[in-house]
Amino acid sequence: MERTILHSDCNSFYASVECLHRPEIRDKPVAVGGDVEQRHGIILAKNELAKKYNIKTGEALWQARQKCPDLVIVPPHFELYQRFSKLCHKIYLDYSDRVEPFGLDECWVQVTAKDANGALLAQEISQRIKSELGITVSIGVSYNKIFAKLGSDYKKPDAVTEIRRDNYKQIAWPLPVGDLLYVGRATQRKLESYCKRTIGDLANTPEKTLKGWFGKWGSVLYSFANGFDSTPVARYEDHDDVKSIGNSTTTPRDLLNNEDVKIIVYVLADSVARRLREHGYKGRTISISVRDNQLMSFVRQHTSSQYTNITAEIAQAGMELFMQHYHWQRPIRSLGISISDLVSDVAPLQMDLFGAGQEQLRRERLDTTVDGLKKRFGTNAVRPAILLQDTELSGFDPKREHTIHPVGFF
Amino acid sequence: MKHYVDMIVRYTQDGQIIPLAVRWSAEQLFEIDKVLDVRQAASLKAGGTGIRYLCRIQGKERFIWLEEDKWFVDAK
Repeated sequence: MERTILHSDCNSFYASVECLHRPEIRDKPVAVGGDVEQRHGIILAKNELAKKYNIKTGEALWQARQKCPDLVIVPPHFELYQRFSKLCHKIYLDYSDRVEPFGLDECWVQVTAKDANGALLAQEISQRIKSELGITVSIGVSYNKIFAKLGSDYKKPDAVTEIRRDNYKQIAWPLPVGDLLYVGRATQRKLESYCKRTIGDLANTPEKTLKGWFGKWGSVLYSFANGFDSTPVARYEDHDDVKSIGNSTTTPRDLLNNEDVKIIVYVLADSVARRLREHGYKGRTISISVRDNQLMSFVRQHTSSQYTNITAEIAQAGMELFMQHYHWQRPIRSLGISISDLVSDVAPLQMDLFGAGQEQLRRERLDTTVDGLKKRFGTNAVRPAILLQDTELSGFDPKREHTIHPVGFF
Repeated sequence: MKHYVDMIVRYTQDGQIIPLAVRWSAEQLFEIDKVLDVRQAASLKAGGTGIRYLCRIQGKERFIWLEEDKWFVDAK
């Protein structure tokens, strides 16, 4: 059956929520900005009136003030946005269990059913959000997620746009190619260098040609532009908390002994630990996955008493697990390490009587310092000597190659 | 104007919340005669959203909102 998918996008989300709560600023140009007190920071969101002054998300507050001296800049209230985001989800969930959030303010809702009128449902949802939450949404209605999203961007604020099989060539195809999901600046530039300026241009380029330009990404772009995308709308669950952080790699050559494994474990642990620290977590259940060159694999895990985000501790725990459970029947092809049972890293550290906590604090400080160096000069700026034993083996960077988008479509 | 108020409410066995009276000031306690309607609704005048109770108080109909765990009215 043909799918009916809505993509709902809260208009100027942060700014709308702020304006709802402060009737006195509602008819003024309003922007939500970083840190007003400290006189630095950037524009995070702006309302319709501020848009008229050409205020852009991401620009410095002083730049925005130059464009519009009367701009009201309010500090962000993220708990409030989270509350409104949840309230929106609750409304969508009245219509379907296939509700997939995309960031705080966007959501796909799949309402496929016999005789379902997507546009009518979209109108109803939009009305409810207006009356129940006091903010507005733009909703796109289509038969795939990509066009639904295009539809919600098509007309703002407070609008419903339907992109059907019989009108997508008129609505979607004339749009600039940069409007398509996952066509960022780099992709757009490359496409434009081939004179592909609109989504239609992209759709009418043979898939083979696109593959030649972008590799397998070319096929994805081709299917996006033609409305062939068939990714399902995920079932709703609470997406907001991370359950584990891990990295794995298939090594450039098979690992033959503990020394080889130690190198890989260290590189992986370094990436995992840095990501932990970056996201403000500590964890205590460490698990390793090992796959040998016959593709036999297993996972082992260990929970320690202390929460940690220290590279050396995670590497050591991983290594201990490995030594305990692997007896070198065969060389190893791939290794992974991950950490779960996460807590926020602001939780206080329990010192023990003999001062072991002191040592942990010292290591934490060391790691933070090394993080700073790596951020500035690259992952290889500081590294343990063991990684120099075999640079072919250690010469990969799981952290950089593991790009995390704030929200990912795939 | 958004005006947070002290409330006297009844929790039923199954977790329903029924407002009984508004403590407007130290001297003024307004008893709620009847709850006429309950729904999620925004208040543009007061600025906020929550569960909106339409209440009859001394023959007049008034909205009272439950915003998470606080109650507010849109005062004149």
